[in-house]
Amino acid sequence: MTTLDQLRPGDTRTITNLRSSDLTIKLLEMGLLPGKAVQFNFKAPLGCPISVQISGYSLSLRIDEARLIEVA
Amino acid sequence: MSPKTAVAPAPVASIPSATYSIALAGNPNSGKTTLFNLLTGLNQKVGNYPGVTVDRKSGRLLLEGEASARLLDLPGTYSIYPRSNDEQVVLDVLLNRSSADYPDVVVAVADMSNLERSLLLVSQILDLGLPLVLVLNMADMAKKRGITVDTEQLSRQLGGIPVVVMNARNGQGLQELKQVLSRELQPAATPFYQVLPLAPEAIAEARQYFGCKTYYEAYLLLQHAENLHTMSPLERDQLEALGKLSKLDRPALQITETKARYARIQEVLSTVVQLPDTSSRQSVSARIDAVVTHKIGGYLLFFGVLFLMFQAIFAWATVPMDLIDSLFARLGSLLEGLLPEGVLSRLLIEGVLPGIGGIVIFVPQIALLFMLIALLEESGYMARVVFLMDKLMRKVGLNGRSVVPLISGLACAVPAIMATRGIDHWKDRLITIFVTPFMSCSARLPVYTILIALVVPDERIWGFINLQGIALMGMYLLGFVAAIGSALLMKFIIRAKKGGFLIMELPAYRWPRWGNVLYMVLEKSKVFVFEAGKIILAVSIILWVLASYGPGDRMARAEEAYRTAHADTPELEDELASLRLEHSYAGLLGKTIEPAIAPLGYDWKIGIALFTSFAAREVFVGTMATLYSVGSAADDESTIKSRLQAETNPDTGGPRFTLAVAFSLLVFYAFAMQCTSTVAVVYRETGGWKWPLIQTAYMTGLAYVSALLVYQLLS
Repeated sequence: MTTLDQLRPGDTRTITNLRSSDLTIKLLEMGLLPGKAVQFNFKAPLGCPISVQISGYSLSLRIDEARLIEVA
Repeated sequence: MSPKTAVAPAPVASIPSATYSIALAGNPNSGKTTLFNLLTGLNQKVGNYPGVTVDRKSGRLLLEGEASARLLDLPGTYSIYPRSNDEQVVLDVLLNRSSADYPDVVVAVADMSNLERSLLLVSQILDLGLPLVLVLNMADMAKKRGITVDTEQLSRQLGGIPVVVMNARNGQGLQELKQVLSRELQPAATPFYQVLPLAPEAIAEARQYFGCKTYYEAYLLLQHAENLHTMSPLERDQLEALGKLSKLDRPALQITETKARYARIQEVLSTVVQLPDTSSRQSVSARIDAVVTHKIGGYLLFFGVLFLMFQAIFAWATVPMDLIDSLFARLGSLLEGLLPEGVLSRLLIEGVLPGIGGIVIFVPQIALLFMLIALLEESGYMARVVFLMDKLMRKVGLNGRSVVPLISGLACAVPAIMATRGIDHWKDRLITIFVTPFMSCSARLPVYTILIALVVPDERIWGFINLQGIALMGMYLLGFVAAIGSALLMKFIIRAKKGGFLIMELPAYRWPRWGNVLYMVLEKSKVFVFEAGKIILAVSIILWVLASYGPGDRMARAEEAYRTAHADTPELEDELASLRLEHSYAGLLGKTIEPAIAPLGYDWKIGIALFTSFAAREVFVGTMATLYSVGSAADDESTIKSRLQAETNPDTGGPRFTLAVAFSLLVFYAFAMQCTSTVAVVYRETGGWKWPLIQTAYMTGLAYVSALLVYQLLS
């Protein structure tokens, strides 16, 4: 199963599932909903955090957080 | 019927009056603060919500005609479910009808170019049954992206609430918003989301028991039962029992609710919003990001920005600082001539005036530093700094959001510690608060300057590197290293219940608005003057008393004896001042602690200066001037320097201020918590005496041990 942290800059995928965690609700609130298209923008120079494009805005997430988001 | 009664006035219950209150709610980065500044102008007040360290911004809003209303700027949040103290405030205000802050009307600010995410919070507030006005802000941004919104249709879909399109940056839509707010407003006619089916019995019962306006309000009471500080314990137990009875799985319900709301929002927006064909053209922000977050360019830029901040503190700020310095000196001599001789005059001239001067002198540095920080925040760059620095900072127990407080600490720890409020993870915030006072603040600079000038030769090596400059830079590095090292230590000591997270919006780059920058500078300077200032002033006055009075007639007798013995000395008055200080309570204290500080190389005179500099570190210089009878020439740095250089150590016969003593003092001042205002602000921000006491003990302990080592190794 691919997760958001494994994508490369420019890749666009569809969110399929959020792995259950404390942060599920926070991720949902920020618009990371199953069925939504998400684009990988870039990584911070040290590899974490990352920036993604979701429903028209840029969001940054740590790698651990991106790992909770399954994409296809 | 007489004509008199026929024209009975209409009920004016909810027409704006002095007590009418409007709350401003919305996502972070939705332009809420800009709108607040636009609506209130300079008519705003920053305070605290009772019991929590969250900024409470309120102001007066002038409406049509003579009407006005109270406007409260709620902290920015993405939903009504709180994850931090800031967000908890939003819930507390909107759910507590007995609170003085409970609004008559809520104005929800939404980013028009990012409506989907903005509408989550809007729909939740709408379902609370409060009259609501929706502002679609950043209309310029939406236009640039080719987004159009059918506001009439949107209003219909949101139960008929007014929808106003605005651009708070240039005032577009302001008149319309004021017109809408001058009317009598109604809550939405229909709820956005039907919450009752989630837990029919519990919600219905809670609604009846607590007399809630809507089912959603009752549902939120159930969701947040244990966190509602505004409820009585009995009411909370009642809610808990209701929740348990119905076996409410709160997190699961929260997820169901959020997903359902988004589904409805997407459905509504599909009929209301026209999006442009998504072109693959890179946005301006993306192109700027490519540079700003570049693995080399990004850090170079960041260090360039840091350099600019240093420039601001050390070069630009000195001009107004010198001006303030000479102004207060002149004011002092002016008052001396005007006021009659007496205790009160001396208190005013020697205690109060220098105390106020010691506060005001730092305002230029603080204002300049916060102007730069405000510019960076306004432009959107600060979020990228957090992004760049997060991983590095996490390695030492801090996080990306600790960068701003640490940089602010170069000016003053008091506003810097208050700036940690942006860190929502408690452990990270605590560590940031703990280590920020190690950053070399502006009050340390005069101490460093005089001590370095005393023992480091003003020479260049290799023709261009100034030795004194290197020593000064070393002191700043030392503070930084101490901060990072202590953070690392704390990382392993403090246990956190929950891990932190960094799910953060990277806002689009924008030109900063000078108005917003100005308000932030004013706000931070005010915080410094009133928060730190009142303590500095109080401590200055206490220290003046300790330094001016001694037990019994000790002082008078010593003075008399000296006067007769040295009647023909030209600098008699200056020497008498030093003598008086020696026989004062402060002198006594200095002598009492002498055995404890002797291993560091200090005598009782330095002991006195250690005490007096508890008001603010720079007082050290003034006290040394008095102690060494520099007296009237105290403002002249070279005079103090030559006096200090001439002072001999009776035990060794050599100079008092050897390299070892000076460096020991430098290290002591770099580490010790010699600042009462910082202790006070840490007490307030951490909500108790535990942390300020641990911090003071740790810093002073570290200072003592390091100074001891430096002195023993160098002498």
